Amino acid sequence: MPRMTMIEAIRDAHAIAMEDDPDVVVMGEDVGYFGGVFRCTAGLQKRFGPSRCFDTPISELGIVGTAVGMAAYGLKPVVEIQFADYMYPGYDQIVSEAARLRYRSAGEFTCPLVIRMPTGGGIFGGQTHSQSPEALFTHVAGLKTVVPSNPSDAKGLLLAAIADPDPVIFLEPKRLYNGPFDGHFDRPSVAWNRIEAGEVAEGRYEIPLGKARVVREGADATLLAYGTMVHVALAAVEESGADVEVIDLRTLLPLDLETVTASVAKTGRCIVLHEATLTSGFGAEVAALVQAECFYALEAPILRVAGWDTPYPHAQEWDYFPGPARVARAIQTVMEG
Amino acid sequence: MAATRRKKPNASKEELLAYYRDMLLIRRFEEKAGQLYGMGLIGGFCHLYIGQEAVVVGAEAAAKEGDQRITTYRDHGHMLACGMDPNGVMAELTGREGGYSRGKGGSMHMFSKEKEFYGGHGIVGANVPLGAGLAFANKYRENDNVTFTYFGDGAANQGQVYETFNMASLWKLPVIFIIENNQYAMGTSLKRASSSPALYTRGAAFGIEGEAVDGMDVLAVKEACLKAADLCRKGEGPYILEMNTYRYRGHSMSDPAKYRTREEVQKMRETRDPIEHVRELLTLGGDATDDELKAIDKEVRGIVNASADFAQESPEPALEELWTDVYA
Ligand SMILES: Cc1ncc(C[n+]2csc(CCOP(=O)(O)OP(=O)(O)O)c2C)c(N)n1
Ligand SMILES: [Mg+2]
Repeated sequence: MPRMTMIEAIRDAHAIAMEDDPDVVVMGEDVGYFGGVFRCTAGLQKRFGPSRCFDTPISELGIVGTAVGMAAYGLKPVVEIQFADYMYPGYDQIVSEAARLRYRSAGEFTCPLVIRMPTGGGIFGGQTHSQSPEALFTHVAGLKTVVPSNPSDAKGLLLAAIADPDPVIFLEPKRLYNGPFDGHFDRPSVAWNRIEAGEVAEGRYEIPLGKARVVREGADATLLAYGTMVHVALAAVEESGADVEVIDLRTLLPLDLETVTASVAKTGRCIVLHEATLTSGFGAEVAALVQAECFYALEAPILRVAGWDTPYPHAQEWDYFPGPARVARAIQTVMEG
Repeated sequence: MAATRRKKPNASKEELLAYYRDMLLIRRFEEKAGQLYGMGLIGGFCHLYIGQEAVVVGAEAAAKEGDQRITTYRDHGHMLACGMDPNGVMAELTGREGGYSRGKGGSMHMFSKEKEFYGGHGIVGANVPLGAGLAFANKYRENDNVTFTYFGDGAANQGQVYETFNMASLWKLPVIFIIENNQYAMGTSLKRASSSPALYTRGAAFGIEGEAVDGMDVLAVKEACLKAADLCRKGEGPYILEMNTYRYRGHSMSDPAKYRTREEVQKMRETRDPIEHVRELLTLGGDATDDELKAIDKEVRGIVNASADFAQESPEPALEELWTDVYA
């Protein structure tokens, strides 16, 4: 099987979707001529022409809004917002228009739109290049939210997102673009295409939205993670020596509650991880659902390990980032509970 | 534009020497920042101002006590030009306690109340309405100050810029919108992003007058800013100035630069460099001696080297600093 970086896998998914469906168009800042700041759309303009892969001005509100109109007519826009941190000017269109078009037209109009955005920290990006705003999307009825953690998932989930009849927010952990990252910032990084985990099947395949994946089986506790934190979780489990199950949620909404509750019912202990700030984060939603579904199976309070409730700092990134040491401490706490 | 150059300057030797020094300080500072970045001492994003020095130095020459300035993430030049301490700027780049934001903000986010510098903003276009708000405050307080609001050619396509133009014109705010048209927004050239390349006309629908200026000529910039500031101080603002300028370096530190040719950059450096321009004005007329200019070079290098030392010696912020300044 060929190996790819997450960037190449995403590019591949775009190319397949564009090849298969002439209604798929790709738009965003620097995506055409330049091929995207992270190169996720490199070569698409050359291959499919400037009417199908094109640059937009720096106008996030206009970008999302025009894409909603295009989608309402039946096109399938795949929009890149250069960093998730830049989506706020476009947020009104995402919430007020994209998410609700189907509901308020009683199904007459729909919005088959994908908005991709690099998310998360670990790249010294500071407060305007490191945020994890997933909870701002999962809070909005009408949106689906996806966060892949490896190249193969990124490709299959993106193809499913493009095929989906509703608006999908596709958050790409930018720290994972070139290789896995487990929070050990002081160790050399390995590129995806040097390791087996970077294998990506050729051609079209879809990973259905709303299906989590058990990454590591275990009996003592359940770690729920997505994106970069999946790798941090695995490192922390390794270092803690405990027999912990790690689940990659992959899609936050719809959430695969079945896989989650089956695991917690088995282990009786649960920790939710995310890079995003703790308060009102997605972990709060997951914890509430798990306690409602698994109350009698729980042997300890559900814990959350998340970013501190502060803006993302410029210096002190590794004191901010919820790395393996913090996760390992939580594992210890939950095991004692 | 080139026609305005190399005439007998309409400025005294002292004035020209001051511009020369201020522009050179920015250039050497940015070169040093680039070096420290290369050595891994600065992380993350870092947008250098090299090539655009005449814009901010010329504009500052038109500012008076109490005037405010606000800009984007390409902000090091603006901070040096308004008199902020190079040590504090460099130490923010390295994320140290001695930095203007004590390591919280980084290259794109620094501030100084003392110098009326309102940042340093990483989100493209977001500083523009803030600039109008500052100008509103001037009007409210009935002072005759003006707000210099800088943004790029790319930012000129953000919707909030036009909401701001409307309000600024509606309320006759004393704000000069300085569009630093360096021809590129990241890898996208002006003509691939703007329906009309004449950015100075962008306020026309709102009744805001505008004008294109040779942003590589510090004297032209100063003159245009003086005129615009004067109008604003008289209650006849806002005003738009499109500065035609050029950035020599990449957008940020990792820029493959495939969107323009090496020759294009080289040609700019050779024919329109803002610092060379002033140097020529100073030397061709025989006004300044080589020794005078060398003394300035030396002084500037000293300041820049000291800032680099300070930025490495200043301690890392204390862990508690992570949680301060979120609320009062
Ligand atoms: C809202 C928003 N969208 C996109 C970006 C990413 N971005 C940063 S700088 C930049 C280009 C801006 O170009 P311009 O306004 O011409 O300023 P210059 O960099 O040339 O000084 C882009 C697209 C951002 N920071 N904020
Ligand atoms: Mg520009």
